[in-house]
Amino acid sequence: MTQSLVVFDKVEKRFADFTAVKPTSFEIAQGEFLAIMGPSGCGKTTTLRMLAGLEAPTGGEIRFEGKVMNDVKPHERDTPMVWQSLALFPFLNARENVEFGLKMRGMEAATRKKKALDWLDRLGIGQFAERNVAKLSGGQRQRVALARALVTEPKILLLDEPLSALDAHLVIRMQSVLTKLQKELGITFVYVTHSQSEAFAMADRVIIMAQGEIAQIGKAKDIYRAPANKFVAEFVGRNNIFEGTVKANTSGSVQVETRLGTFVVPTAAASTARTGDPLSFVVAADLVQVSTKKPAAENVVECQLLSEQFMGTTVTLFLEAADGSEIKVQIGQRELETIDLTHGGRLYASWPSSRAHVLAG
Amino acid sequence: MNTEKATSWALYIYIAIAFAFIFTPIIWSFIFSFNSDRFPSLPLGSFSLKWYQTILSRPEVLEAAWTSLVVAACSSLLSTFIGFCTAYTDYRYSFLGKQAYLALAMLPPTIPLIIMALAMLSWLAQIGLSGQVVSIIIAHTVLGAPFAMAVIRLRLNDMDPNLEAASWNLGASEWRAMREVVVPFAMPSIIAALCLTAAVSFDEFAVAWFVSGLNKTIPVVILEILQGNVDPQINAIGTFVFVISITLIVVAQVLMLSKGKKEETAQ
Repeated sequence: MTQSLVVFDKVEKRFADFTAVKPTSFEIAQGEFLAIMGPSGCGKTTTLRMLAGLEAPTGGEIRFEGKVMNDVKPHERDTPMVWQSLALFPFLNARENVEFGLKMRGMEAATRKKKALDWLDRLGIGQFAERNVAKLSGGQRQRVALARALVTEPKILLLDEPLSALDAHLVIRMQSVLTKLQKELGITFVYVTHSQSEAFAMADRVIIMAQGEIAQIGKAKDIYRAPANKFVAEFVGRNNIFEGTVKANTSGSVQVETRLGTFVVPTAAASTARTGDPLSFVVAADLVQVSTKKPAAENVVECQLLSEQFMGTTVTLFLEAADGSEIKVQIGQRELETIDLTHGGRLYASWPSSRAHVLAG
Repeated sequence: MNTEKATSWALYIYIAIAFAFIFTPIIWSFIFSFNSDRFPSLPLGSFSLKWYQTILSRPEVLEAAWTSLVVAACSSLLSTFIGFCTAYTDYRYSFLGKQAYLALAMLPPTIPLIIMALAMLSWLAQIGLSGQVVSIIIAHTVLGAPFAMAVIRLRLNDMDPNLEAASWNLGASEWRAMREVVVPFAMPSIIAALCLTAAVSFDEFAVAWFVSGLNKTIPVVILEILQGNVDPQINAIGTFVFVISITLIVVAQVLMLSKGKKEETAQ
């Protein structure tokens, strides 16, 4: 395990009438790209603001390189942030904006000007250095904000939904700018977002927060393939969630009885389950197969096609099972062409038992 | 379409009449200030600067002009400072009784001037400050501060609440952030407030008349000359006062409008 740069130790934030962050502990490694994701009001931005010193924790300890930060003022920290609103200084031009942090550190004018210009060049907007920030495009302003935060060469960069105001095609481009920068600089990025695609595309690790608590922390792939609980499974989306009770737990297999029939789940995750225990499992949409003929698989659900959603190379089919519940299937466009689809027609959704993931709790 | 055109013409005419109503007396006094005749009557006499020469040769008028300038400069600085502080506390903090605090800050313009003047006189006399230049400065600061606050508050309302935090985040202490971010951001409105409060002070008669004692300001001297007889010198002084005031107000307006427009296009 690499050394932890930041430690959140039972950190809590209570406001007068609600608790924004319940006692929460996690660590951020040196050089890591960590995304904190969750629906609005989940406490992700408060967590970031506590790290920057803009909110004081009401309990627990935040340590930065081992030093307790709770009472350190924002301007005495080196935790620059890229703001959702960018918060560029409108009365300064691009270069002066970038110079701001250096000026506050008492750097001499000529040196800081050179540094600022270097950074603007590095981010490909050197030619706009003397331009008023109000006259720059969204993407250019974004780069000014990045340069302004990075020019002091911090160990950590905080990003609060920085791409949410950009057009879709710019978001993709800025994502690659960000990941490339992070790799080159080798510094820690903490990236708060509500966008799953941004978090999954860039982050080494993702924290999913819900109602002021960490719902899951792990690599994007793990969160996607093995959601820890129902909240994460639903939040990540494209998951089919089945709830039922254990019918039998024999050495070879665990059978779960649901309203749609009896299914088999892998033994390992459910080895302690006893007959009659409630048990939920998920099957990711892209792991479900469809066919027009009933397949000879362990887990088959008979359904009707409700609708389909084209998303470029893949298609999501929305099926309706006998009890009215929805089953999502994501398949490749080319695979779809081999299946004879008619709306309301009978289809069979199936998956191998090994693809089912048992939810905890 | 036709009715629309008619309406807009009607509105233009309405505005023209309103302006005429306001400006005719001023233009009248402006024209007669350059008229050689002793009494204002038509047809006009010849073009003459003699009334300007007369007032410039009267030491009490020059003295009053100087007093007015000193009072306007000092009271505009003071009331803009107080106005900025009030506007900033309103922007930055929320606290119990904030509404009452703001209402109190806005109060002076709602008090009839004559009452204000009497209250000022009796209070300044109590603390031994009546009849001095400083007493007019104090009184005009009280009158100007609410205007300064209103103008600066409008500007601060447009400020991204994260702007200050962003400067702390980049290493600025709270005082430094005030100097490097809040004041520069509010600067157009601060200058506008300076102009506006200077104009308020320069024009103000009632309170100045009560508290000025021997240190008369321009409006007080005008009245004194008028009390003697109707004299075209008044037109000359009036034109002088009007030009200064309208310049200050126009500068204030331009500053407030142009800044808003620029940022609008940026978004």
